[in-house]
Amino acid sequence: MFVFLSSTADTARGLPGAADTLRSAAAHGGGQGGGNLFVELLHHVQDSRQLDIPLLGHIDLPHFSPVKLVGISIDFSITKHVVFLWIAAFILTLLLMYAARRNTRRVVPTGLGNLMEVFVVFIRDEVVLPNMGPKGLMYLPYLLTTFFFILTMNLLGLIPYGASATGNVSVTAGLAIIAFFMIQVAAIRAQGLGHYLAHLTGGVHWALWPIMIPIEILGMFTKPFALCIRLFANMTGGHIVIVSLLGLIFLFKSYIIAVAPIGFAVAINFLELFIAFLQAYIFTMLTSLFMGVGIQAASHADGEGEEHA
Amino acid sequence: MNMEATGIGFLAAGIGAALTVIGAGYGIGKLAAAAMEASGRQPEVAGQVRTSMLIAAALIEGATFFALSICIILATKSV
Repeated sequence: MFVFLSSTADTARGLPGAADTLRSAAAHGGGQGGGNLFVELLHHVQDSRQLDIPLLGHIDLPHFSPVKLVGISIDFSITKHVVFLWIAAFILTLLLMYAARRNTRRVVPTGLGNLMEVFVVFIRDEVVLPNMGPKGLMYLPYLLTTFFFILTMNLLGLIPYGASATGNVSVTAGLAIIAFFMIQVAAIRAQGLGHYLAHLTGGVHWALWPIMIPIEILGMFTKPFALCIRLFANMTGGHIVIVSLLGLIFLFKSYIIAVAPIGFAVAINFLELFIAFLQAYIFTMLTSLFMGVGIQAASHADGEGEEHA
Repeated sequence: MNMEATGIGFLAAGIGAALTVIGAGYGIGKLAAAAMEASGRQPEVAGQVRTSMLIAAALIEGATFFALSICIILATKSV
């Protein structure tokens, strides 16, 4: 699904158009200096139709013409971020299945299984159980998937010649859409559809319902939207800072100046490593928080019913 | 190409980024000050305070990056 969404946004943003603009900007020899350099540097941060292999040049990825589905045209062509999405999913499946199989063979986990267990137990004990209670353990697999998937995608962007797929707004939008559905599913499963709709009113006097219900519905949509933009902007912003610092070397055109930007870039790379973990954790924690609000609302309603009776 | 629109676009992106960083820096600075004070008063909860501080800082930065994205769009569309 992420494939389709990311390709759709590429069509929407006119990715071929952007690439042509950059090529013509480069051909004009950077007449305006800083501006064109910045745009060319952004080329390293954005999605592209070429995959750069170290030491071997680049591969032109397959380009399919847009397909018209239900009135919108979706571009299914494979871009760099799509390839890295697949790489992240592949790595994740291999690592986690291997770690799980290792853990079932011994009582005390060792090695990779031990490492994965640290993360899994952390998510279960610090994120899921405090926010969602024991009934939230049903959603633990989804939250673990979210955490590890976002973490892997973020980390892949930090290796040379790598790109973080979360730097594409369509990928984070896909993750946020799934989070939106899971939040509603958690609330409806815990409260039942009637109570869920009743909580949209917020428990105010019925005269205020026309104001309250649109605000609640808007709140339903802004929370995943904030998740999407937060993750996207954090990843893209970090990459732009690193790329801009290294671009200073090209701007000054001297080797002696190169020491300072490289030092800064190394420091920012460490910060990016921390941000990769933090943003994966924040996404997972906020999703579990929103789901927990829906689940706890069910037990509050039951509690009130018993008190009144 | 309209030079005036280009120049104003770049200027707006720069000023927007500066204001964004002022707001974020001030907010997260106040947050860190409160966290330091709480850790000083009661060192045994320093771990929980640090966790909450990081979460709040990430949320504030989320709002910052909204504004930063708009600045980047301004800067790149101005070229």
